[in-house]
Amino acid sequence: MSSDLKLSDGSRIAVIGGGPAGSFFSNFVLSMAERMGLELVVDIYESRDFSIPGPPGCNMCGGIISETLVQMLATEGIELPPVVVQRGVDSYLLHMDVGSVRIDTPHHEKRIGAVHRGAGPKGLTDAKWLSFDGFLLSLAHDKGAQIVQGRVDDITWTDGRPQVKTKKGEPQTYDFLAMATGVNSAALKLFEDMDLGYIPPKSTKTFICEYYLGEETVEKYLGSSMHTFLLKIPRLEFAAIIPKGEYATVCMLGKKIDKELVDAFLNSPVVKQVFPADWEPQEQACHCSPKMYLQGAKQPFADRLVFIGDCGISRLYKDGIGAAYRTAKAAATSVVFEGIAKQDFQKHFMVACNRMETDNKLGAFIFKVVHIIQQMRFSRRGILRMVAKEQKKEGKRRLMSLVLWDMFTGSAPYREVFIRTFHPYFIGGLIKNLVIGIWPAKKRIPVEEE
Amino acid sequence: MATGALGKIYSDGEVIVQQGKSGDCMYEILEGKVEVLEESSEHPLRLAVLHKGDFFGEMAIFEREARSATVRALGDVRALTIDRKNLLRRISEDPSLAFRILEKMSHRIRELNKKLVQTQSKSN
Ligand SMILES: Cc1cc2nc3c(=O)[nH]c(=O)nc-3n(C[C@H](O)[C@H](O)[C@H](O)COP(=O)(O)OP(=O)(O)OC[C@H]3O[C@@H](n4cnc5c(N)ncnc54)[C@H](O)[C@@H]3O)c2cc1C
Repeated sequence: MSSDLKLSDGSRIAVIGGGPAGSFFSNFVLSMAERMGLELVVDIYESRDFSIPGPPGCNMCGGIISETLVQMLATEGIELPPVVVQRGVDSYLLHMDVGSVRIDTPHHEKRIGAVHRGAGPKGLTDAKWLSFDGFLLSLAHDKGAQIVQGRVDDITWTDGRPQVKTKKGEPQTYDFLAMATGVNSAALKLFEDMDLGYIPPKSTKTFICEYYLGEETVEKYLGSSMHTFLLKIPRLEFAAIIPKGEYATVCMLGKKIDKELVDAFLNSPVVKQVFPADWEPQEQACHCSPKMYLQGAKQPFADRLVFIGDCGISRLYKDGIGAAYRTAKAAATSVVFEGIAKQDFQKHFMVACNRMETDNKLGAFIFKVVHIIQQMRFSRRGILRMVAKEQKKEGKRRLMSLVLWDMFTGSAPYREVFIRTFHPYFIGGLIKNLVIGIWPAKKRIPVEEE
Repeated sequence: MATGALGKIYSDGEVIVQQGKSGDCMYEILEGKVEVLEESSEHPLRLAVLHKGDFFGEMAIFEREARSATVRALGDVRALTIDRKNLLRRISEDPSLAFRILEKMSHRIRELNKKLVQTQSKSN
């Protein structure tokens, strides 16, 4: 049974944050309401201006739009145009000290998008591409949402309804509030004393840097592949280099990332071989240290209130934008078709959230296994050998390739990755390649050129 | 092809979907147009021309039967595949994802009805 607390014609919704979660939610809530003949007013509060290059207009991220999200958005009728997608990605390169291996998309199709969340890195003068977040926000605006430029610095409740305040404007009362501020916002602190049971998600610090290479160099050296690195560098968990139009985005995940760790990564011979031989990282390159979602928020909903995207529940280490899409859609569906009371969100919205939370637990386990593999040379060599063999033979079962593909692209739930590892051919192949991997090879396995 | 163009380019006349073959994906047209051909008889019959924003190949996803028609590029076409498994899993989690597919299919039935009426009134 749904509650009696429902929106009606003329109801007002405030969405705090115009990142992916906020824009997706606004878009879907308005289009579902339209289908139901319900007229809603939606205001999106956003403090950033996505047309300004550099940190003021950027929601710091690697900018990979996963295969699944590209496909689901296309199904929804949202096409990501080439003025927003800087590079279509059709393969992943996994680099380890023992060699590198390429994993391609089926039919060499460009199924993954690489975007800049903002207008581009600081110092950019001639912007050739549009901001991804700006594009999504414009879609929500086209659907009828109002964009209120400014930071929300206070949220209170009057007569059981949320009231939103920015520095400049008058306080505004709404019938419903969707929080979509991500994990990097101080606004989440506003909920600490509200006795709603909400506890913000746990997060970890990361590092991102944008290096200018020029379009030709990006094409020649990085191509249309995302480069992932599993290296045995102390404190480094995982790193990726993502080709954009004229830039290469370096993303690093690890413990206490500092300049020493970044230098160790960039100076590693495995990383250097990805860049031109005479390339030196620019000291002044646009960089940031955003927080990354680690563990879900507690009680991300209440009467007339829901937390979506990173400030609620997301996916561990991958496809955060895809997770924002899912929670935004689940929240919009609850709001339009069920109701806006606590029990409506518990019953409907939380089904999608719990699915991700359960999957994240498996993900955490899988990443522990990856960490162990990363530590042992023979296992790194065994896995690399298995993928290289699979990729060479057309039509052969590509079990390890699929496992790694889904792990790094976020295409499938961790559950599916886990189930795949129980396939007898996978286990047989892995044991065989691990045994062979014990014998030391003389040189790195180079990437197979197409 | 622009560096950021997603999907795959099919050149003029290229067969994207072959009637009678099995299929595990549907396609969304991102640029250009395609023709849908019924090839059971000696002279292929053009059933429809589809444009940017339209999709095709969805019947094989829902019915698990062989492709019911051939789809060929009319000029250069950029299209994106949508995997059956991905789509069905997501629809089972979020049935509203099928709204647009239903809308398009219902539009197609409406168009077919119109054509049927026209053909019948011509033959009467
Ligand atoms: C290093 C790193 C790499 C990543 N790489 C990827 C990747 O490649 N692909 C991927 O899918 N995900 C990636 N993610 C995750 C992804 O960035 C997030 O999951 C995603 O941005 C979440 O979207 P969101 O809308 O919830 O939050 P955000 O993107 O953080 O958006 C929140 C918005 O709210 C606004 N806001 C906040 N407070 C206020 C306020 N008080 N008033 C008004 N506005 C406010 C902000 O300005 C912002 O625009 C990465 C994350 C990190 C840290």
